[in-house]
This record gives sequence, C-alpha cells and structure tokens, in this order.
Amino acid sequence: MAALIEVLAAGLFHAAVLFLVAAGLQLVFGVQRILNLACGSFYALGAYLGVTAGGLALGAGLSPLLALPLLVLAGAAVAALGPPVERLLRLVYDRDESFQLLLTFALVLMFQDLIRMGWGSQPQQVEGVYLAYGQVQLGAARIPVWNLLVLAAAIAIAGGLGLFLQRTDFGRILRATAENRRMAASLGVDTGRVYAAVFTLGTALGGIGGALVVPAAAAVPEKAVELVVEAFAVVVIGGLGSMPGALAGAAIVGLLRAGALLVWPELELLAVYAVVVAVLLLRPAGLFGRPAA
Amino acid sequence: MRGGALLAALAAVAALAAAPPLLGEYRTTLLLPVFGYGVALLGLNLLFGYGGLVSFGHAMFVAAGAYAAAVVTGVWRIESFEAVLLAAAAAGLALALPVGALCARYTKIFFGMLTLAFGMLFHSFLFKFYGLTGGDQGMRVRRPTLLGLEFEELDKTAFLVGPYYWYCLAVAALLALLMWRIVRSPFGLALRAQRDNPRKAEYLGVEVRRTRFVAFLVSAAFGAVGGAMLAVPTGLADPELAYWTHSGTLVFMTLLGGFAHFAGPLLGALAYVLLQDWLMSLTPYWRLLLGAVLALIVLACPQGLMGLPALLRARLAARRRRAAAPHPAPAE
Repeated sequence: MAALIEVLAAGLFHAAVLFLVAAGLQLVFGVQRILNLACGSFYALGAYLGVTAGGLALGAGLSPLLALPLLVLAGAAVAALGPPVERLLRLVYDRDESFQLLLTFALVLMFQDLIRMGWGSQPQQVEGVYLAYGQVQLGAARIPVWNLLVLAAAIAIAGGLGLFLQRTDFGRILRATAENRRMAASLGVDTGRVYAAVFTLGTALGGIGGALVVPAAAAVPEKAVELVVEAFAVVVIGGLGSMPGALAGAAIVGLLRAGALLVWPELELLAVYAVVVAVLLLRPAGLFGRPAA
Repeated sequence: MRGGALLAALAAVAALAAAPPLLGEYRTTLLLPVFGYGVALLGLNLLFGYGGLVSFGHAMFVAAGAYAAAVVTGVWRIESFEAVLLAAAAAGLALALPVGALCARYTKIFFGMLTLAFGMLFHSFLFKFYGLTGGDQGMRVRRPTLLGLEFEELDKTAFLVGPYYWYCLAVAALLALLMWRIVRSPFGLALRAQRDNPRKAEYLGVEVRRTRFVAFLVSAAFGAVGGAMLAVPTGLADPELAYWTHSGTLVFMTLLGGFAHFAGPLLGALAYVLLQDWLMSLTPYWRLLLGAVLALIVLACPQGLMGLPALLRARLAARRRRAAAPHPAPAE
C-alpha cells in the first residue's frame, strides 16, 4: 500500500513535468501547425539553467526554500530563445510538414551539442533542495514535499493558461488565429506577433518543466531526445493542439509509467507507446482532439 | 537518357569496385556503411520520394535486420551471409506486416507519428527485454561466411575491406537494380499516382491502401537487409539502432542526397558518411554542424545534392535575366 502511494506520487510528479512540456508543444502546434521536436531541447536547457542558477544561488547562501521560485524563473529564461527560433521556423510555415519536422530535428541536433559545449556531458543536479521542504507522511508512505509543490505549480500554470486562453483579449486573439489565420489577419491581427508570442510562451513552459526536475533528478544532455518522444506521446493521446488533452495525456503517461514500474518494470515505456499506437489507430484525433474534417 | 543513367551506374560501381587498393584500409572501412545505408535508404525513399510518406520509425527495420543477423550467426550458429540476408529480409517483412497494415491507413503527419510510435515501441522492447535481446548491451554479430567461403586466413579488417566490401557492393548494386525495376513498374507508377492525387488514383483503379502497404513491406525488407549489412562490420546489434533519432538521421541522409531522384539515397548515404567522418575529425561537437547542414538543406536546397545542379542553373538563369533587363518595369 505504501509502495503504491509512493509510486502514484512519483507518477503524478512526472505527469506534472510532462504536462508543462506538452502544453508548450500543444500551443505551438495549435497555432503554428508545427510539431516542434525541439521542445525536448528547451526542456533540457531549462534543466541546465536551473542547475546553474540553483548552484550559484545556494552557493551564495540563498535558503533552499526559495529554490522553487528561483527555478521557475531560471526555466522561464529559456524563453529568450523563443523569438529567434520562431524567426527561423517562419521560413518553413508554408512548406510540407515533413520539412518542418526535419528543421526542428536539425534544431534538436544543434541544441544537444550546444548544451554539451556549455555544461559538459556529466549528469548535473541541484543538491540540497529536494528534501529541504521535508516529506509528508501518508500512512507508511513518505512523499517529498517538493513533488507536491511541483504538482501544485503545474496545476497553477495549467489554470493560469486556461484563464489566459479563455478570458483575456490576447487569449481570444490567439485562439482566433489558431482557428483561421487568414480571417484573423484580415480582421487586423498581427499574426506574426501572435506566432512569436505563442512560440516564446511554449519555450518558457518547456524550460520551466526542465528546471523543476533538477532537484529530483540529474540533468543529462540525452534527456532532450528522451523527453520529446514522451511529450509527443502525451499530445497524441490527448489530441494534437488540445490543452485539456495535454493535461489528460500527461496524467495517463505519468501514471502508466509509474504503474508499470510497480507491476512489470520491463513494460514501463512499452506500455506508453502501446497506448499511443492504440489511440492513433482507434481515435487518431486523440481523446480531446477534434477529428479532422 | 536511359543509356546515360545505365552508364553512370556502371561507372559508379566500377569506381567503387576499384577503390579499396587506392583508398587504403582506413578509408575503405569508412565506405562499408555506405552500402548498408544505401540499401536501407533505397527502401526508405520508396515511401518518402515515390510514395510521399515520411517514416520517422524506419530505423526499427534496420535494427530488425541487425538483430536477425545476430540471432542467425550468434544463436543459431549459421554462418552463411546469404542466410543472414534472407533472415533479415524475413524479419523486416514479419515486423512490417502488422505495422504496415496499420500505418498504410494514414498519410502525412499521422503516418509520421504512427511510424515513430511503432519505432519507439520496438526500441523499448529491444532495450528492456534483456533475456531475449541483451538489453542495452545488444547482441554480438559473428563474422559470416560469404558464398560458403570462410576466408580463415584473413584477419577481421582484411576480411572487411576485402571480400566483404566487394560482396556488399554487389548486393547493393543488385538491390538497386531491383528497386529500379520496382519504381519503373506499374506498381511504381501507381505509388506515384497516389502520392500526387490519391482520389484521382483511386478513380483510375489504383488500390491506394494496398499500394501503400506493399511499398511499406518492400521498404521494410530493404531496411532490414541494409541493417544486416551494417551490423557485420560493427559486430553488434544494439537497441540504439532503433531509436527515433536514428530514424531521423535516415530521413536526413535521404534528403541530403535528394529524395526526388532515384540515386539520391545512394548519394546521400555516401555524402552523409563522409560528412560525418570529416566533421567528427574537426570537432567533438559535430552534431552541431550536422544540424546546421540539415537546416541549410531544408531551407535552401530541399532537392538535396542531386538537385543542386538544377538549383544553380536556375539561379544563374535568373541572374542573367536580371542582367539582360537592367531596368525592370515597375511592378503594378
């Protein structure tokens, strides 16, 4: 029983992080119709910026309890890459999907080495934060408070995103652009600016996701290519371009992995991809996606 | 034109056959993967260039071929390379039957995503099931015999740069010929027709789904045979062969050579192998440069190396036109 609770908590923690990355992927796909393979690279960059910022701040005597806001800021700093990368992708908006995919694959290759140039290939971690917040005792199970905080932060970001998209003017403009770019443009929307803003927001979400993990697990350069297929599984299960889909997909993937670890560890990733294949075959639009007309 | 193409092909084969003594051992070993990749990419391009379907999971067939080679030589102790190639093709087909039947229902981004998912499914199977596949250690591929000959007197390198090199060249040339016949057949025509306009193709009596499915099977068999050819020099079948980035690399290689030309994949395999070796000798951060090359091709030269002459000609012609008309009429 205790093991079950601990595994569930770990699964939800993973789901929270996956949601952040997948939400970025969904925003960009929803508006620009580009499946951005480089979202995993933004995640990895966020993780390394988190390592650097966390290391510096804790070294300078910052209380570990302030690590959460610090890491969120460090991860969000990846957003600085958003505008230039979007500028590059703009060159292929009207090209075939496979070329768009290949250009983002080129970005994956480049970022992987840029990260290695900056931080080396050794695993790196922020020490002394993970357990600084203590643990919650739930029956015989112990859950690190950090996991719960990250979960809460992800839920808060999800709620904020929902409000932003549904209630604010810019959110409405954004949805209108996603719905019909030409119509939005003819109504006076500067779609170029919307694209840049959406991409930057997506980048920031990925970066935050990465930064929040480093107290719990070390950052390695390979994480970028590992995570992108998981984030991709999330959006396929949830439905391309759908925010509720990202939430549901992340929960499914996170819990599925955790559950498989408990029951039959060999199936950990196999189960995820099996579900992806099943969804693509039975409901290609995903659980929350609208079927293509 | 046909005669010209045949002549060029013969010249290329002759040049490659004569190359080993001139290049020396090291550079000949470098050329070995070109044959395996060339075969695999010919298969990939049947889907990509001729069928309009971009697979992001094709590395699973390359891996299937490599593991087939490992099982045949290492577990069953059958050393004949002909048996290895047949087993690889069979393994590729066996894997492609269910995968292709499902993937052939989709095109475009869904086809790409589904193949990627199947590829990762296969990768996690190879990676996690230690008992069957050796997990992350992979499986050893033992040195095969060629046409029943053992070449006992040769050490590993001499075997690879000698008989194995020529054998692979011959296999690649024969399979290229076979692929040439396939794309020139009515089936190849149907495949191109469904790429350009599936609905119209259907009206004309092309069974679109079945055409895609058959192309998928052929493509998988080529991929697996290529994988077996790649696994002998490295002596290893490991799960990274099936990882999605390897699939991306395969598409990259095809694009580099030129997906719109029959010989593009072959040129792409050669160019990629040389490019990667050169970049790796320059810097440990060769992926950065490789990524930049890929981005450049996507943006500036989507027809790849084969399309480069036409691109340059078009550029030159445009410049000449501009020079001839120094004062263009103002645009309305």
